[in-house]
Amino acid sequence: MISDYIPILVVFILAAGFAFAILALSHILGPRVKNSVKLSPYESGVDLVGKTRVRISIRYFLIALLFIIFDIEIVFLFPWAVVFKDFLSFGWTIFIEMAVFLFILGFGFLYVWKKGALEWE
Amino acid sequence: MDLSLYFTRQDLWGILPEIVLLVGALIILSIELFARSQRAAMLGVGILSLVIAGGFASKNFGSSFILFQGMVTLNDYSTFFDLLYMTAGIVTMVISYNYLERKGGETRGEYFALILFATMGMMLMTRGNDLVIIFLGMELLSLSLYVLVGFLRHDVFSNESAIKYLLLGAFATGFFLFGAVLVYGTTGTTNFQHIASAITNNEILSDTLLSLGIGLLLVGFAFKVALVPFHMWSPDVYQGAPTSVTAFLCTAPKAAGFGALLKVFLVAFPALHADWQDLLWALALLTMIVGNISALVQTNVKRMLAFSSVTHAGYLCIGILVLNEMGVSAILFYLLVYSVMNLGAFGIISLLEKEEKGVNFKDYEGLASKHPWLSASLALFMLSLAGFPPTAGFVAKYTLFSSAISEGYIWLIIIAILNTLVSVYYYVRLIVNMYMRTSEETLVPFLHPLLSVVIFILAISIMFFGVLPGWLIDTVTQAARIYT
Amino acid sequence: MIGLIPFFPLLGFLINGLGGKRISERMSGIIASVVVGLSFIVAITLFGEFLKIGTPLEQTLFTWIAVGKFTVSFSYVLDSLSLVMVLVITGVGLLIHIFSIGYMKGDPGIQRYFSYLNLFTFMMLTLVMSDNFLAMFLGWEGVGLCSYLLIGFWFEDPVKAAAGKKAFIVNRIGDFGFLLAMFLIFSRFGSLKFMDVLIPQQIAQIPIEIVTAITLLLFLGATGKSAQIPLHIWLPDAMAGPTPVSALIHAATMVTAGVYLIARCGILFAASEITMSVIAVIGILTAFFAATIALTETDIKKVLAYSTISQLGFMFAAVGVGAFAAGIFHLMTHAFFKGLLFLAAGSVIHGMSGEQNMLKMGGLKQKMPTTYWTMLAGVAAISGLPLLSGFFSKDEILWNVYSSQFGGNILFGIGLFTAAMTAFYMFRLFFMTFHGDRRWSKEVSPHESPKIMTIPLIMLAVLSVVGGFIGIPESWGGHNFFHQFLQKSTQDATGYITHQYSSGLLLSENILMILSIVAAIGGLLLAYRFYVQRPDIPGKISKSLSIAYKLVSGKYFIDELYGLLFVRPLRNGSELFLKKFDISVIDGIANGSGKVMLVLGNKLRRIQTGVMQNYAAVIFLGVISIIFYLYLK
Repeated sequence: MISDYIPILVVFILAAGFAFAILALSHILGPRVKNSVKLSPYESGVDLVGKTRVRISIRYFLIALLFIIFDIEIVFLFPWAVVFKDFLSFGWTIFIEMAVFLFILGFGFLYVWKKGALEWE
Repeated sequence: MDLSLYFTRQDLWGILPEIVLLVGALIILSIELFARSQRAAMLGVGILSLVIAGGFASKNFGSSFILFQGMVTLNDYSTFFDLLYMTAGIVTMVISYNYLERKGGETRGEYFALILFATMGMMLMTRGNDLVIIFLGMELLSLSLYVLVGFLRHDVFSNESAIKYLLLGAFATGFFLFGAVLVYGTTGTTNFQHIASAITNNEILSDTLLSLGIGLLLVGFAFKVALVPFHMWSPDVYQGAPTSVTAFLCTAPKAAGFGALLKVFLVAFPALHADWQDLLWALALLTMIVGNISALVQTNVKRMLAFSSVTHAGYLCIGILVLNEMGVSAILFYLLVYSVMNLGAFGIISLLEKEEKGVNFKDYEGLASKHPWLSASLALFMLSLAGFPPTAGFVAKYTLFSSAISEGYIWLIIIAILNTLVSVYYYVRLIVNMYMRTSEETLVPFLHPLLSVVIFILAISIMFFGVLPGWLIDTVTQAARIYT
Repeated sequence: MIGLIPFFPLLGFLINGLGGKRISERMSGIIASVVVGLSFIVAITLFGEFLKIGTPLEQTLFTWIAVGKFTVSFSYVLDSLSLVMVLVITGVGLLIHIFSIGYMKGDPGIQRYFSYLNLFTFMMLTLVMSDNFLAMFLGWEGVGLCSYLLIGFWFEDPVKAAAGKKAFIVNRIGDFGFLLAMFLIFSRFGSLKFMDVLIPQQIAQIPIEIVTAITLLLFLGATGKSAQIPLHIWLPDAMAGPTPVSALIHAATMVTAGVYLIARCGILFAASEITMSVIAVIGILTAFFAATIALTETDIKKVLAYSTISQLGFMFAAVGVGAFAAGIFHLMTHAFFKGLLFLAAGSVIHGMSGEQNMLKMGGLKQKMPTTYWTMLAGVAAISGLPLLSGFFSKDEILWNVYSSQFGGNILFGIGLFTAAMTAFYMFRLFFMTFHGDRRWSKEVSPHESPKIMTIPLIMLAVLSVVGGFIGIPESWGGHNFFHQFLQKSTQDATGYITHQYSSGLLLSENILMILSIVAAIGGLLLAYRFYVQRPDIPGKISKSLSIAYKLVSGKYFIDELYGLLFVRPLRNGSELFLKKFDISVIDGIANGSGKVMLVLGNKLRRIQTGVMQNYAAVIFLGVISIIFYLYLK
């Protein structure tokens, strides 16, 4: 049983070894120059402006959260679409199932909308 | 292909109570969306859907079904719990009436919907016959509770307790899930019966990892039911949460946690239960003692009751240790009685609470002379919590302890009895404050006929089950017999 | 029919408890007395019936708990033992209820008082009439609760409220023993019914260690309820309650429950020699020590309280040597004369407008003639003056202590000495109160109590004088009716114990009797000399024996010892616990109600981060220790 997984372990070791080797090589071989430009964080070649920590409006999080919820739920549609054909022989059942799911999802969306979670101001 | 491979009509009938609750919740949310001021309607729909769901659930009494290819089982055991949750839900809804308003908040439709969702989650926990379903139910329950605890949005304490509960709950859920993963990994299944047969047929990948998995599952449950040392959240959360939510929080979810934990040990790991004796023994001991000693020094009634509920979890843990028919039925009996007592106690506190007042021992001084009936009920609940005959609390403790004695846990019971003796101090303290002290200004309860009726019913049932527990004992014995 | 006996007081409790202030002061007292009177009448009727048919009367009300083979039904049973108890409870109880009407007159909480008193009667009747341990435990707890409520009846005074609490807590220690014994009995015998447990053949099959454990645990319960060493500390404090309560609960009935328990389970106790010896020794020691404390006490009720402890010690000594009937006999006569003494003391206190200190009394003879004469009857009875009730019962105990295999010369010697002390301190009380100089202040004007109080006194006085004649010793050629009557309940138990009456005893019962008469009269004369003829002597003695005096008047400092050993560590422990885990949160919340909202904000944030991490850390620690546990296995 366990021996089946030995190739995977080998891959792990190889990957880790490779990454480590590359880092070590660049550390050994690469030239080291220390000046202010070199030590500053890389920001697309442009000089730094202000602090790196910026406060982001809570609304972004709200929208992001809602997006994640609905986006992930939509994923359920994919497997359904794949097996859809096989179940056609049972008639409406497969449709009703998804309809119920979409109804609840749609209700959630309506709820979010009506509650004003999508309003920016 | 045959559709019945996937699900049958019976499956759908079986989860009808859940469906009813879901529809009820959606209706409440619709009302909230389109007619926000209809608070009474939302309350009505909430109670009605609990009643209907309860009606459907109770039709299963006496029969047993296996649904969704063994994912869910319906039998007397699960039905007992279903009805327990629904009762707790109904009482919670009634005592919530106008409560949040009195605390400067607002009762929104979400409040009732979340209680319904939580009830669904709990039902899944004790109906589930599969680690995945249990996890699903637990998450549904927890997520609803996190929001309910923080429902007083403008109250810092409510917020504080919600965030604490959320973070620690997520932490504990991680352990639970990890445990489930290990069990799945070592046995190759998440179904309880299959796990059990894998263990008896010795088809386990690694004993060590399986033990670790069970241990982590235990941690997850221990957090839910607040066993020491996983109890730290409970006093803060119980205290900070709106009292009506606390009433719910310390009764039904605790019952669900114990119900699921029992089922896991009874169905999935019966062969390994013996290996866990020492640990359960230690957990029971620690929980009783720590809960009790902490409760002694509290000045806040809600906090005292929080620690008292930790102590009660310790007593219940003794039942898990025993795990025979007598022990399991004692746990079920205890859980019901415990729920009734706490619903009553927190219910009365929530009636008396007003802004800052009503949660400290001192506020209760002289209450008896102004409100004899209310004080008498509260005193009754306290006496029952302390385990005085002839209240139901005594019968509950008695059956639990005697089941442990007959299995030979004499020392544990000696300590348990000593603990109950100590516990009398803080329960009676409240009675003393009500009856033996006088005060210039006493609390003014918010009394609505519906509330009075509910409190009255709770008090009567405490007396009733104390004097005539026969019927209830028969019921729980029947429920316990399913798995023992 | 049997069920009616406890039913009436319960009814009275409900009427008075729910009616509250709507019932007039006079009416509540009448209701309370009438219901107890009805119970008494029913009890008398059943007594007659019992004498006729001669077998115990039973009535099952309902099945209480039924789990599998374990069933407990709520049944009442009346055999000779419980009949005696019921008659005492309802009879003496009735007189005390009537007395209370006068004594409690004008108290704003009188309805509450009578409802508690009725509830107590109900619980006490349940205790003595139940046919199983569990229902008995219900009564056991119930009387404890009522006693607690009644001790703290005048709760405005924090000292009195504290006394109630103390009684409650000490009793819980005893309850612990009772509960545990009950569990053990069930796990060994499979039943909690007296009928199933108290069978010699059954008991013989149980290992003797287990029987000893069970009986010792039951005895622990009995020491708590009946105020025996080392759990006697609550009874003197319990005198904070109204005096009729002290008479009913803390003298006549509740405190004797322990004796009843042992007599009821006599067969079980007799099976364990260790337990019997322990009971006999503890009983006699309690009798002795409590009597020494009573010698110096100056509070009239406290003297009676210590005297009660001492007399209870005699009863325990009796049951400890296997003389169950003698113990119950003394229980009954004690209920008469101690009830009388407390009520008479109550009458004195009533007449003196609440004064309890005997140093401020004296010369009350002329002012309160009825109280004087009735109290004299009680004092004479308890001192064991010949032909009074206490004389017969105490002699019987002393004789049994002397002759039984569990007793012996030493125990008898202590007992006899204690009996002499009893006569001394009781007459000391009597002389200090009624004779000598009038030491009360000018504001007080002593007066005789109203009829409603003196009539119960007179009736109890009559009982105290003649009550002993139902148990005339057989050595007098008499026919000990009481023994015959109780024989049915106790013969199995006494059959267990092989009495060695005839062989090797130096003294016969009659010589013993003369000894105890000498002791009683000696005590009397000494008290007369000290407190009537030469009142200056006691002061001198207490000076010359200062260490002993301090020890005794400090009640052997047992309260202080307990405080040091148990109360303080427990409190400190939980406070330590508080500091470690909870102080920050509590502080935050306590301040929240104050004005410092700004500080609170900062504090709360700090608490949140700090404590949350702690919580998570503790959870993690728990997980680690579980893993460690798995590793160890």
